[in-house]
Amino acid sequence: MSARGRGSDALGTLVVLAALLVAWEIAVALFAPPPILLPAPSAILAELAAEPSYFGRHALFTLGTTLAGFALSVVLGVALAVATVASRLADRLVTTLLVVTNSLPKVALAPLFVIWLGTGAAPKIAIAVMLAIVSIVVDVAHGLRSVDPDALALARVHRASPWAVLWKVRFPNALPALFVGMKVAVSFALVGAIVGEFVAGSMGLGHVILVAQGQFDTVRVFAGLVVLGVLGTVLFGLLELAERLVLPWHVSRRSERKA
Amino acid sequence: MTDLAVTPCITIEGASKIYGSAGGPIRALDSVDLVVADGEFVALLGPSGCGKSTLLRLIAGLEPPSGGAVFVRGAPVCEPPAGIGMVFQRDVLLDWRTILDNVLLAAEFEGRSRRELADRARALLDRFGLGRFVDRHPWELSGGMRQRAAICRALLCEPSILLMDEPFGALDALTRDDLNLELARIHQEGRRTIVFVTHSIGEAVHLADRVAVMSPSPGRVVEEIVVDLPRPRPLAVRETPAFAAYVAHIRELFTRLGIVRGQV
Ligand SMILES: Nc1ncnc2c1ncn2[C@@H]1O[C@H](COP(=O)(O)OP(=O)(O)O)[C@@H](O)[C@H]1O
Ligand SMILES: [Mg+2]
Repeated sequence: MSARGRGSDALGTLVVLAALLVAWEIAVALFAPPPILLPAPSAILAELAAEPSYFGRHALFTLGTTLAGFALSVVLGVALAVATVASRLADRLVTTLLVVTNSLPKVALAPLFVIWLGTGAAPKIAIAVMLAIVSIVVDVAHGLRSVDPDALALARVHRASPWAVLWKVRFPNALPALFVGMKVAVSFALVGAIVGEFVAGSMGLGHVILVAQGQFDTVRVFAGLVVLGVLGTVLFGLLELAERLVLPWHVSRRSERKA
Repeated sequence: MTDLAVTPCITIEGASKIYGSAGGPIRALDSVDLVVADGEFVALLGPSGCGKSTLLRLIAGLEPPSGGAVFVRGAPVCEPPAGIGMVFQRDVLLDWRTILDNVLLAAEFEGRSRRELADRARALLDRFGLGRFVDRHPWELSGGMRQRAAICRALLCEPSILLMDEPFGALDALTRDDLNLELARIHQEGRRTIVFVTHSIGEAVHLADRVAVMSPSPGRVVEEIVVDLPRPRPLAVRETPAFAAYVAHIRELFTRLGIVRGQV
């Protein structure tokens, strides 16, 4: 049932989306609001079609910094999560650090990163990491810890090394949680990249939107938002696909539970 | 049986166990004495919560005793001794591994080569009727098949001691009978020392050379009953008067201990 269920889910979403767009188009045609407030979907589409390379170039930059920030978050986040499980001291250090950084609005840190790292890709990646890493660490640490105590007993009876327990039991056990964390993290990485582009620099969709806003070019603002939305959705969808390929045991169980 | 008693495999001397908990200390075991001979099949029989699992964990070195001592092959147990296989009530198969890889996990844990033991793993699975399922995943198998795989995993590294904690408690009666016979055969072939926890009187008498009956919490061994029924013991042994007499005796003991109320 799962494959067909998912297929019809996606189809339903598309139908709703299309209906909303049509309603929007009709409403704009009927009430004719000033284009500076609300352009029609067709106008936004035309804007995108007019300058595909402009939007493509900036989207690619944002995609690059987002992916770099995301990848760094996963690598660092998993390493930190392993550390928190391995040592009580590391646990306390990392938890404190996360609580502190989490309580600060990251947007407020962005200018500092610009001072430290300049106006290129680096500060954007740094902000993306700041935003995305938290969910990776928290979810993976939870996955590493929530292991069946009998599985740990089994490992001890067979005198397994701590490494064997980590690699053969804890880590695979944490994979579903890693994917949950990654799905949250990829959205946060995108937010981080855009925040960075708002603050400084001359590349990326954030920059496109900011410049268009300065010129009251609402159509272009919307066009930037559309590309952003597509980017976020595709990234999320790719992760779902990867999850299904990597964790067939988990996904099949989940659909079992739903059924 | 007399020659078995000469070489003790497991010796438990006045072992007690107190767990610390939020609601104060819990006395799980109170001065347990038990000797298990080499190659002997001992059933630990007692009501739920009497400390059977705790006793097994002490033998496996998973938990230190609060008092007294546990020896395996003459050496005091501080950490898990070598040559032990363990089977739990739940199969503890890892969902992400195939059945074959789950069985080979024991080898990987012990740092032995998979290649060296792959043939033995296949042979074991074959013997337990799982030959066609080696490449399946646990969630594709029935409870009985899963527990069979767990037993294969425990046997892979040829342990001299097999510790089993209510291994068939979650299975239906037919599957349970089947696995009881299988286990009896394993014991006969390998002459492994087996400590088998159960709260089924019939299962204990059917399988064991000796049944150690435990009192309600805090647990202690109140009586040891030597089961002198000839082996091999087919299922039909359960219909014999001798078998019935053992069962009746233990049930009466349970009544005296206040575990079972009413008519014996
Ligand atoms: N890790 C633990 N912490 C605290 N109390 C425990 C723990 N393990 C077992 N106990 C307690 O010890 C007693 C004996 O438990 P257990 O050995 O599991 O009994 P059985 O296997 O015979 O059912 C029970 O009262 C149980 O609640
Ligand atoms: Mg128990």
